[in-house]
Amino acid sequence: MGHRATLRVNGERWDLEVDPAETLLEVLRTRVGVKSPKVGCERGDCGSCTVLLDGQTVRSCLVLAVEADGAEVTTLEGIGREGLAPVQRALLEHNSFQCGFCAPGIVLSAMELLAEHPRPTRHQVQEALAGNLCRCTGYEPIIRAVLAAGEGT
Amino acid sequence: MSATVGRADRANAMEELRHVGHPEVRIDGLDKVTGAAVFVDDLDFGPDLLHAAVVESPHAHARILRIDTSEAEAVPGVVRVVTGADFPFTFGLYMQDRSVFARDVVRFVGEQVAAVIARDPRTAREAARRVRVEYQERRAVFDPIEALATEAPRLHPGLGDYPHVPWFFPEADSNVAHRRRTIRGDLEAGFAAADVVLEDTYRVPRYAHCALEPHVVVARQDHAGRLTVWAASQSPYTQRNVFARALEPLGLSHQDILVITPYVGGGFGGKAGVSMEILGAVLATAVRGHPVKLRWTREQEFYNTYQRQGLVARLKVGARRDGTITALEHRLFWDAGAYVEYGANVVNAAGLSATGPYRIPAVALESVCVYTNLPPGGPYRGFGYSEFTFGLEVHLTRLARAIGMDPVEFRRRNAIVEGDLLPYGAHMNPSGLHRAIDRVAEVIRWGEEEAPQRPGGKVGKALACFWKAPAMPPNASSASFLKFNEDGSVNVTVSGMELGQGYLTVMAQVVAEVLAVPPDKIRVETPDTDRNPYEWQTVASHVTWSCGNAVRAAALEAREKIFAVVHAAHGLEEGSLYLEDECVRCDTDPEFSLPLRDFVVAGIATADGTYRGGPIVGSGTFMPEFSSSHSDPATGQGGHPNVHYTVGAAGLTLEVDPETGKMEVRQAALAVDAGKALNPSLAEGQIVGGLLQGLATAMYEDMRFDESGRLLNPNFTDYKIPTAEDVPDEVVPIILEVPQPDGPFGARGMGEHTMIAAAPVVADAVEAAVGIRFNAMPITAERVALAVARKEESHPWAST
Repeated sequence: MGHRATLRVNGERWDLEVDPAETLLEVLRTRVGVKSPKVGCERGDCGSCTVLLDGQTVRSCLVLAVEADGAEVTTLEGIGREGLAPVQRALLEHNSFQCGFCAPGIVLSAMELLAEHPRPTRHQVQEALAGNLCRCTGYEPIIRAVLAAGEGT
Repeated sequence: MSATVGRADRANAMEELRHVGHPEVRIDGLDKVTGAAVFVDDLDFGPDLLHAAVVESPHAHARILRIDTSEAEAVPGVVRVVTGADFPFTFGLYMQDRSVFARDVVRFVGEQVAAVIARDPRTAREAARRVRVEYQERRAVFDPIEALATEAPRLHPGLGDYPHVPWFFPEADSNVAHRRRTIRGDLEAGFAAADVVLEDTYRVPRYAHCALEPHVVVARQDHAGRLTVWAASQSPYTQRNVFARALEPLGLSHQDILVITPYVGGGFGGKAGVSMEILGAVLATAVRGHPVKLRWTREQEFYNTYQRQGLVARLKVGARRDGTITALEHRLFWDAGAYVEYGANVVNAAGLSATGPYRIPAVALESVCVYTNLPPGGPYRGFGYSEFTFGLEVHLTRLARAIGMDPVEFRRRNAIVEGDLLPYGAHMNPSGLHRAIDRVAEVIRWGEEEAPQRPGGKVGKALACFWKAPAMPPNASSASFLKFNEDGSVNVTVSGMELGQGYLTVMAQVVAEVLAVPPDKIRVETPDTDRNPYEWQTVASHVTWSCGNAVRAAALEAREKIFAVVHAAHGLEEGSLYLEDECVRCDTDPEFSLPLRDFVVAGIATADGTYRGGPIVGSGTFMPEFSSSHSDPATGQGGHPNVHYTVGAAGLTLEVDPETGKMEVRQAALAVDAGKALNPSLAEGQIVGGLLQGLATAMYEDMRFDESGRLLNPNFTDYKIPTAEDVPDEVVPIILEVPQPDGPFGARGMGEHTMIAAAPVVADAVEAAVGIRFNAMPITAERVALAVARKEESHPWAST
C-alpha cells in the first residue's frame, strides 16, 4: 500500500491507496466493486477485462492501478444507464451472446469502434473485436449486431 | 411421460405454436449485455474470506516421500496448510480413482499435492512455493499404445478395487481402466464380401475447452456444520452427490451440502462432473466459518481440469463396388490420462457408436480407456464422437474413392434410417440424415468446381456426416417446479445450467406455450440444490429434451389445476377450457375470458364470498424409463444404453494457399436434425459457434507436451483459439425437424453435435485441394505448407 491514486470510475470519484503491484482490474473488482471486467487470463490475451481508460479500450489486467491515477475509467456498468446503447440493443436482439463472460469487453470494444467509425465495414468490426476472445458464439452473431448498430437498424 | 399426453395437448396439436419454434430474445440477454450477469468470481463474501493456492507436482509420475509445510505455515497471513494426509478421501463420478490431494503417488505434472489457505491470494501463492515436497521419480508413460505394453509402468495398482458403475470393465494389473466392446454380425464374412477393404490409423491429440471463465469455487462450512459451495459448474446436483460421497467420513450427507451455481462463463464439458471444486469443499471444512476461494489461473485451467482425450484409432472398413459397406472394425485407444473417473465414460460412449450413422451389417467396435501420465481426460463437447469421427469420415471418403464412387453418394447409400439396427442391437430413432446430406451438398454446390479467389489458390470441398447420442446413466432424470405470481408471471425452477446455450430461454418458451404466458413474464434462473429440484447434469446435449419434458409436465399440471379451479368456480366443463393470451377461455362460451392474474394466487371469489383455488403451482419430472445399461460385456448386445441419436451433415469449401499453407474457409454449411428447434435463433447460434470450435481443433489448436509430460502451451498466446478475424466467410446453418416422438414438442439435443464433423471436412477438403492426406490432427497451415513442399520436391510434375 502507500500509493495514492484518484480514479474516476463511471463518473464517480475514488480516492484509493493502492499497492504498486495491484492491477487496475484487481482494484476495480475488489476495491471499487465493479464486476463487469472479468478475470480471464491475467496476461492480456483474452480481453475479458477490457475497460475504457480516458475513452480508449485497455486490458485492465495489464494496467497498474497507479498508472490510472487521474484517469476516467468506464466499465460496462457505466454504459447505458439512461437506457441501452444502440449496440447493446442490437447485441440483445441478435441473441449475440451465449455465456456472456466476454460480453462486457466486447460491448466496450464495439462502442469504441462505433465512436470512431459510425458505419464500420465487416472487416473493421472483425479487426476491432479481434482482441476479445469468445468461445461460444463463433463471433458471427456479434459481428452482425455491431454492423446492424452501425447502420442504425 | 403420461402427464404429457391426453386432452391437455389438444391446443398444441390443433393450433399454431405461438412461442415454441420462434426466435425469441434470450431471457438472460439483458443481464449479459448490461454486465448484470453474476458469475461465481463476482460474488462478494466479506472480510473473513480466505484464499487458497495449491502446491503442484512437477513430475508426471513420482512417489511422494515427504511433505514439509513448516516454512509455509510460518508465513504471516497463512491460516492453514493441508495435504492429502488431512483428507484421505477418494472421489469420482463413474469410477472412484482420484484422491482429493495426491496421496503417496503423483500421476501428472500439475497434480495437487497440498494447499495453502491464507488471508489474501498473493500470500497463499507465495506460501505454496515454500511447501517442500520430496519425490522419488518413477518411469512415466504418455502414449496409450506404450501404456498397453506388459512392461509399461502401472499407474493404478489398486485398479481392481476401485468402485465403479456396472457398465465399466476395468482390467486389474494393467493400465486398461475400461474396455467397451460392441460386436454384431459376421465380421469375417463381411470383409470377404467386400470388393475393397481399407485399413489405416488416425491420430487425434488432446484439446482444451478454453471456456473464457476459469474454474472457480468458493465454499464455507458454517459453525452449524452446513457446507455451502458456490461453483462455476455444469452439474450442481452431481457435485453435491460427489461431495456427499467423498466427505461421508466427515459425517456430511446430501442434506448438509448446498451447491449454488450462478451463471457459468462457458463449459463445453470442462465444468461437468467435479474437478477442482472438490478442493473448495474440503478446504472449507479445515477452516470452519470462513468462506474459502480457489480460482484457477488460465495455466491451471489448461493443465488441471479435464482435457479432451487423445486418440489412436485403427480402422478397417470393407465395401462392395455398388457402394454397400459390408463390415467395419474400429479399434479406439484412448489416452485417458492419470484419472478416468469421468473420461472412461467418453470411451464407453465411443465404443457404442463408432460406426457413425451408417447401416452396417457386421460391426466390431473396441474402445479402450488407457491410463497415461498426462492430465485427466474427460468430457468435451462431442464426448468421444468428435474424436472418432475425424478418422471415420476421412476413411469413408477414401473408401468411396477407392471403389470409384462419389463420396456423397456413398454416404447416401449407407446412411442409417429409422428402424435400422444400431451397433448394440436396438433400433434407430426417426432421423433426417438423408435430407441433411442433400441440403448440405446443395448449399456447397457439391460436384461443381470453384475458381480460386487468390492467385495460385487451390480449392477443395468436402462433406461428412455425424451422429451423437447423449451418454447418460439409464436413470438420468430431470425435474421442475413452477409457480404463478400475483401479476400472472411465472417462476420456473430447474437445475440444469445456463452455459450460454440458451437453456433457460427454451424452458421459458416451453412454459409459455403450455400456459399462454409470454416468455418475458417467465423467470427461469440458475439453481441452488436446496431450492430447485433435481437435474442429473447439464451435459450430453440432453437438457432441452429431458428437462424440457419435465418443465412441460409441470406446466401441464398447472394448467390442469387452472381448469379445475375455473370449473369449480364457474361450472364450465374442464374439457371446454383453453388458455390464450394469459386468459382462460372456453369453447362453448365465447364471451368467457378470465385473466390468469385475477386468480392464479388470489383464487376465484364465488357468490357467497368464499373463494376457490389458491396459488397455482406445478411440478414435473422425466426419466427415460426405456433406457438400460445391461448388456453382454463381450458383445455389448442386449441393452438400450442410448436414448436416441441426433444426426446431421457438414460441408465446406476451403481455399488453400499452397505456398503458405494458409487455409480459408470460404463457405461452411451444417445441417442438424433438432427434431424441433424450440428457438431457431439459439439453435443457429449453436451451429455457428460449435462449427468454429470444431474448425479450430482441425486447423490450429492442440496441446503440446514435452518429453517429461509438461504442457508447453497453457495460455492463449501459445494455444490459439479463434478470434473474430478467423471466422469463415460464410456459415450456412440448416435446421431439420424430424420430430423426436418422446421429446418436448418433438425436440432433441443438438448443441454438442455442431463441432463433430468439422475436422474430417477440413482434412478431406485439404486433400481435395492439394492432394495431400492428413491422418492426424491438427492440420495446421505449417503442416500443409511443409507437406506441399515435400510433395513438390518428390513429384515436381505434380505441381502447377
